[in-house]
Amino acid sequence: MVRTARRLATAVLVIWLVHLLTFLLIRLVPGDPAQQLAGERATAEEVALIRTALGLDDPLPVQYGRSLGALVRGDLGQSIFNGLPVVRMLADAAPATLSVALVALLFASLFGVGAGVVAGLRQGGWADRAVSTVATVGIALPSFWIGMVLVTFFALVNPWFPATGYAPLSEGGATWLRHLVLPGTTLGLAVAAEIARHTRGGVIDVLAKPYIRTARARGATGVRLVRGHVLRNAAIPVVTVLGLQTGKLLGGTVIVEAVFGISGLGSLAVNSALERDYPVLQGFVIFAAVVVVTANLLVDVAYGRINPKVNARVRSS
Amino acid sequence: MSVVALPPAGSDQSAPETPASGPRRPSVLRSLGGSPSAIAAAVYLVVLAVLAVTAPLIAPHDPHAQDLAARFAGVSGEHLLGTDEFGRDVASRIVYAARISLIAPLISLVVGMALGVPAGLLAGLRGGVFDMVSARISDTLLSVPAIVFALAVIAVMGPSLTNAMIAIGIVFAPHLFRVVRGATMAVAGETYISSAQAIGASTPRILLVHVLPNIRAPLLVQATLLMGFALLAEASLSFLGLGVQPPDASWGSMLKAAYENQAEAPYSVLPSGVAILITVLSFNVLGDRLRDAVAARRSQ
Repeated sequence: MVRTARRLATAVLVIWLVHLLTFLLIRLVPGDPAQQLAGERATAEEVALIRTALGLDDPLPVQYGRSLGALVRGDLGQSIFNGLPVVRMLADAAPATLSVALVALLFASLFGVGAGVVAGLRQGGWADRAVSTVATVGIALPSFWIGMVLVTFFALVNPWFPATGYAPLSEGGATWLRHLVLPGTTLGLAVAAEIARHTRGGVIDVLAKPYIRTARARGATGVRLVRGHVLRNAAIPVVTVLGLQTGKLLGGTVIVEAVFGISGLGSLAVNSALERDYPVLQGFVIFAAVVVVTANLLVDVAYGRINPKVNARVRSS
Repeated sequence: MSVVALPPAGSDQSAPETPASGPRRPSVLRSLGGSPSAIAAAVYLVVLAVLAVTAPLIAPHDPHAQDLAARFAGVSGEHLLGTDEFGRDVASRIVYAARISLIAPLISLVVGMALGVPAGLLAGLRGGVFDMVSARISDTLLSVPAIVFALAVIAVMGPSLTNAMIAIGIVFAPHLFRVVRGATMAVAGETYISSAQAIGASTPRILLVHVLPNIRAPLLVQATLLMGFALLAEASLSFLGLGVQPPDASWGSMLKAAYENQAEAPYSVLPSGVAILITVLSFNVLGDRLRDAVAARRSQ
């Protein structure tokens, strides 16, 4: 309980610091922030409009108090460009992004764990070498290039999947999924490579443990050995990686949505950056931090579930 | 397929070299001699750097010279890698773009080092409140995906490659901070540090003369891996149109242009794509082998 409470407090602290960071980022830049956002060719009226919209005329502490108060109420301000509430814009864009990320995560877990287990069980064999090579090359490839290749072969040459766009779940599960296969795979491949590397390492570590020898001596082989003894113990490093990859997935959607023409959070962020619409970017940064911090909290909880020793150690200390 | 995000902040490479005692062991760089892939990667990167520096001397054509009559020309003696959508020589553009594709990651690395290394050294040696505060700031930056933070900085400062790479560098800082902090903490308990403190050496002197030389191996590992990541980040931002601005080109922006013209010239995505792949692969392989060499030294 104490441990969970402390973790929660740290999570809130990090979110607060991220908010402070985004608050200061625009205000500590040399020069007038309103002029910065309006651009060099803006008229005096446009600059004044932005200044009013962001409340930049008030003293800094007043601005900060207002901004923090709004955050606590779940208000992330309004877009400079169209005046819409940022929370609303994020909420509208989120389903597409979360769908892509979900498919990516599923793909990455399935292929990453599968490839990692096969490679780890046959260390040094051809499967191991193949998995390692693919993972090494995969990590060095820009995701947008992978996306382009997938579109070329699986949407243009063989019209199996749509090349671009997103279909909401309301248009039917099959249509929704068909639109997500290529972007999800693109986004998931790098994560799969990372998971495969860690699963392989975990499996190799576990196989060297005395309890595996004992289990083997008792006659456990094949699937029973792997399922009963190896997987659960090898899962711990993998779960950590999953937590760390959440940020990677969110950052990756920015690129993948551009390649596949999906209007999700990533496209919203890129367009807002081009339009210098800072409040939207600020909202996105805070949203991303909340997602990453929450994922890490969940990983912490999962540790205890997978490995009771973690809880026992904390209780005894 | 690497999406833009940092490699997990290293912990396994954070153990420092132990100070040399007795006969000198071979340096980490020399112990790389046993790894052909590391040597190949290092040679490739050196050759690439030389090519980038001497681009005006060796590029066969002016990288900006257009020849609209010869758009998408194939590979020939005149154009080693063909021409692009404006009839510009692709080989010359690749060589010139290497400059931006190498300098951009260096900007991020320098920014990350300038922020992360001093903070890590101080936190590792002193501990206490400074350690606690800088660790919280580090956690904060780690919770924001690099490219998302870069977009926020671009929204404030405007689209420019330098701004984007500075932003990526700020996100690098926690990774370098963690590695340096961990390595420094391990060194801080050594007798020679206590001796230096006992004879009244100042903290900067201890950090620069006694700590830094002993943690340079894990630092080098992390820096090499971050170079590869930064190159991918630059390529991604340039692909989004938020990095390098025309007429300048990086491999990322060339790849974007090639992608847009894929229907007319399907193979034009290869030169810039392969350049990115091999360069990032080289940084990663070199970083991994360096890490192995550091680990091997430790277990000696």
